[in-house]
Amino acid sequence: MKVRRISSLSYLPAFCLALACMGAITCFAQGPQATPSILAPASTPAHEIYSLSKFVLVITGAIFVIVAGLLAFVIIRFHERKTDAGHEPAQVYGSTHVELAWTVIPVLIVVVLFLTTARIIFAIQDAPEPPSALDVTVVGHQFWWEFRYPRLGIVTANELHIPVSTTAAPQPAYLELLSADVDHSFWVPQLGGKTDLIPNHPNKMWIDPQSPGLYLGQCAQFCGVEHAKMLLRVYVDTPRLFDAWVKNQQQPAVDNPAVAAGRQVFESEACANCHTIRGTSARGLFGPDLTHLMSRATIASGAADNTPANLRSWIEDPNTFKPGSLMPAMQLSDQQVDELVSYLSTLR
Amino acid sequence: MADQTLPIPGALGVGRSRGAALLEWLHTWVITVDHKKLGILYIVYALFFLLVAGSEAMAIRIQLAIPNNHLLSPELYNEFFTMHGTTMVFLVGMTLIFGFGNYLVPLMIGARDMAFPRLNAFSFWMSAFGGLLLYFSFIGGFGLYGMGAAPDVTWWAYAPLTERAFSPGHNTDYWAIALIVMGFGTLGAAINTLATAFSMRCRGMTLLRMPLFVWLMVVASADTLIVITPLTAAQVMLIIDRYLGGHFFDTQAGGSATVWMHFFWIFGHPEVYVLILPAFGIASEVIPVFSRKAIFGYPAMVAASVGIAFVSLSVWAHHMFTIGMTSASNAFFALSTMMVGIPTGIKIFNWVATMWGGKIRFATPMLFCTAFLFQFLCAGLTGIMLAVAPWDWQLHNSYFVVAHFHYTLTGSFVFCFFAAIYYWYPKITGRMLSETLGKWHFWLFFIGFHMTFDTMHFLGILGMPRSIYTYEPDRGWTTLNMIVSVGGLIQAVAVLILVWNIVDSYMHGRSAGNDPWDAWTLEWSTPSPPPPYNFATEPVVRSRRPLWDIKHPEDPDWKYEL
Repeated sequence: MKVRRISSLSYLPAFCLALACMGAITCFAQGPQATPSILAPASTPAHEIYSLSKFVLVITGAIFVIVAGLLAFVIIRFHERKTDAGHEPAQVYGSTHVELAWTVIPVLIVVVLFLTTARIIFAIQDAPEPPSALDVTVVGHQFWWEFRYPRLGIVTANELHIPVSTTAAPQPAYLELLSADVDHSFWVPQLGGKTDLIPNHPNKMWIDPQSPGLYLGQCAQFCGVEHAKMLLRVYVDTPRLFDAWVKNQQQPAVDNPAVAAGRQVFESEACANCHTIRGTSARGLFGPDLTHLMSRATIASGAADNTPANLRSWIEDPNTFKPGSLMPAMQLSDQQVDELVSYLSTLR
Repeated sequence: MADQTLPIPGALGVGRSRGAALLEWLHTWVITVDHKKLGILYIVYALFFLLVAGSEAMAIRIQLAIPNNHLLSPELYNEFFTMHGTTMVFLVGMTLIFGFGNYLVPLMIGARDMAFPRLNAFSFWMSAFGGLLLYFSFIGGFGLYGMGAAPDVTWWAYAPLTERAFSPGHNTDYWAIALIVMGFGTLGAAINTLATAFSMRCRGMTLLRMPLFVWLMVVASADTLIVITPLTAAQVMLIIDRYLGGHFFDTQAGGSATVWMHFFWIFGHPEVYVLILPAFGIASEVIPVFSRKAIFGYPAMVAASVGIAFVSLSVWAHHMFTIGMTSASNAFFALSTMMVGIPTGIKIFNWVATMWGGKIRFATPMLFCTAFLFQFLCAGLTGIMLAVAPWDWQLHNSYFVVAHFHYTLTGSFVFCFFAAIYYWYPKITGRMLSETLGKWHFWLFFIGFHMTFDTMHFLGILGMPRSIYTYEPDRGWTTLNMIVSVGGLIQAVAVLILVWNIVDSYMHGRSAGNDPWDAWTLEWSTPSPPPPYNFATEPVVRSRRPLWDIKHPEDPDWKYEL
C-alpha cells in the first residue's frame, strides 16, 4: 500500500537527526576537528549556542513527532477503502474550541522559546570585555584575512593565533571586525557563531577556546569570485607557545645576506607595491604582510600548502590555485623567481 | 451552459495556407487579453524557466559532487547560482502564482474576466520582457566588446559588491533593471487580482464565501503591493550609485552597506510569503476535495492567512542576525519570527483536521499535497531553529539555511504547484494527465527531494557555507555532497517525466469532462476548457461549495457553514 510509505519515511529526518546528535556527543568529544562541526563546541559562545540548540531541538522534535504522527495516523486511518465507495463522509465545518486550543498552545511555546533565546542573545552579545582579554583587529579583504594585534604590534594574515583560555586564567580574544572592500563573514563553527565584516560598520565578537589546536573555518558571506577559497585557520596555542609566537612575530624580517638577490627582486619589482616585509623598503598594504611568511602553514588564504614549489607556482600564476585572485601573475624570469622563492623561504 | 456557437477568431479561415493559419494562431496569443490565455502564457513561461533554472541547479550539483572540482570556473559557478536563485524566485515563483491566479480567480468567483484585461496583458508582457532582459545578460553582460556574463553577485546582491568598483561591466545592471521591469509587471498583476476579487464576484459570493485559493491570492497580492516598492526603490538607488555618482551603498564614499540589506529583506522575506500563500491556497482546494470533506475552520484559515501577511512584514531582519545589530533588535526579530509559527501552525492543524474523518483518495494531486504537509511541517520547525538568533549565528549562510528554504520553496511551493498542475490540467486542456506517469513523477521527486535537502541540513551543521564553488577534501563533506547531487539528478528525471506527461497527455490524454474530481468550486461547472468569457449566465451561489449544494440538494452547505 503506497500511503504507508509516506508514514514510515516521515520519521527519516528525525531519526537521522537523533543519530547525528548521538554521534556528535560520543565521537566529537573535545578539541579541534577536521570537520568544523557546530556540534563540537570548543569555546564558551559555541557551547552556549550548542546547549540552547539542544533545548530547541527537544521542543521542535516533540512538535514534529506529534504533528507528523497525527498526519501519519490520518493517512493510514482515513484513506479511501473499496468497501465504503458510494457515499460521502460526514461534513464537519470546524470547531471554535479546537481552534482556540491549537492557537493558545503554540503561543505558550513561543513565549518559552523566546525567553530562552533572549537570555542567550544578551549573555553572548553583551558580555563585558575583561581586562585580560586579547584584542585582535580582523580585516576582511577579497579574498584573504588580515589580523592586527594593536597592543602587541603584530600584523599577520590568514592564520589567527590566540592563546588558550582556561577557567583558571581566562583570556578570551575580542575581535574587532572590519572590511577593506565588500562584506565578509568570520565563521569558525567550533569557536562561535559567525559575525559579518562590513565596510563602514565595525563589529565585535569574542571567542575563548579551551583546548589548543587548529580550528578551521572560512568566509561565510559571498564576497566575489574566490569566496570559496577564503579559508580561515585559528591556531589556539598554549601560553608558552603563544608567547614564543608573539616574540617571533614582533621581530623584523630575517636579513640573510645569502638571499640578498631575492630581496633585491622583491624590493625592486611590483611585489613591494602590495606587500609589506618589515625591515625592508617593501611597505605595500594591499596584500598580506609577508614579514614572517614561513611561520604560516598555508598560502593564498589556505588555498595551498606553504611549500617552495607552491610558492613558485603562486608567483608565476596565482590562477593555478585561485583563479580570480587579485594578485597578478608576476611575469618574472625563471632566475628571478628562483631568487625570490629562496628569499621568501627564509622569512621565518 | 456556455454558448459555443459564437464566431471564434480563426474559425472562418478556411482554405488558407498552414503558415498563415499558424501566424494567426500566434497572433491571437500575442494580442490576447483573455485571462485564461494569459494564465496559460504565464504558466508555460514559468515551466520553461523552471527547466532553465533547474538545469543551472544541475550544473551546480555536478560541480559540487566532488571536492576541488574544476568543471565550472568560479566565475561561471557564481553566475549559475545567482541566476538559479533569481530565476526561481522571479521567473518561476512569481509567474506561477499569477499564472494560476489569472486562470482561476475569475472562474472561481463566477466572473467573465479579470477586472482590467488590458492591464493583465501588459503585466504579463512586462514580466516576460524582464525575464528576457535578465537572460540576455549571458550575451550582452559585459557590453558590446566582449563575451557576455550573467549577474554573479548572488540573488540578495549585497552592497558594496554590486558597486562598479567591485562589479564592473553590465551584468549587475541587467540584474537590477530586469528586476525593476518584472516588478512593474508584478504590481500590475497584483492590482488586477485585488480589483477582480473585490469587485467582480458573482451574486451571493460574499467575501467569506470566496474559495480559499482566491483569498490567498488576495492576501499575496496585497503583500506584493507593499513589498515590491522597496525592492524597486533599492534597484533605482543602485543604478543611481552605479551611473549617476550616488553614494547610497558606496561604502568607499561613506555609503551604507546595511541600508541595502534592510531594503532588500523588507522585500525579500515577505516575498517568500507571497510565494507560499498561493501554494497554501492550492492545498486548501485540493485537500478537501480529495478528503471528501469541507475545509475545516474556514474563518480561521482566512484569519491565519491575513495574520501571516501582517506578521511577515515585521520579520525581515532575521536575515541579518549576523550583521551586528544590537541585542535588543536581535531579540525583537527573534520574537516576531517565532510568531509566524502560530498562524502557520493553525493552518497545518486545519488541513490535518480536514483530512480527519474523511475518505482520502490519493490521486497524484493529493499525493503532492500530503507530502507538502509533511515538508512544510519540517520547514516550519527548521524555521523556528533559525529564528533562535544565537543558533542562527551558527546556521546562517550555511547549507542548513539552503536546506530550510528549499524545504519551503521546493518541498512546499513546488509540491503544491505540481499538485495544481495535476488538479487543474484537465480543466485547462480538457484532458487528464496520466496517473501512472504522475505517480512516477511524485515518488521520484519525493525521494530525490529528501535525498538532496535532508542531507543539506547536515552539511550546514558540519560547517559548510553556501555560495562556495568548491570545498576542501578533508572537511568530511564529500560523501554528503555526493548524496545531495544524486538526489538532484533524480529530481531532474522526475521533472522530465512531468514535461513528457504534459506534452503526451495534451495529444493523447483521456477526455476529462467538466468535473473529473467531483469537486465543488465554480470552475468545475464550466466545460473543459472553459469557453471565452467562462459563464453564459452569471452564476448565483449560496455557500462556499456551490457545486456541493447542487450535487446534494438534501444536505446543502449553506445550512451549516460557520
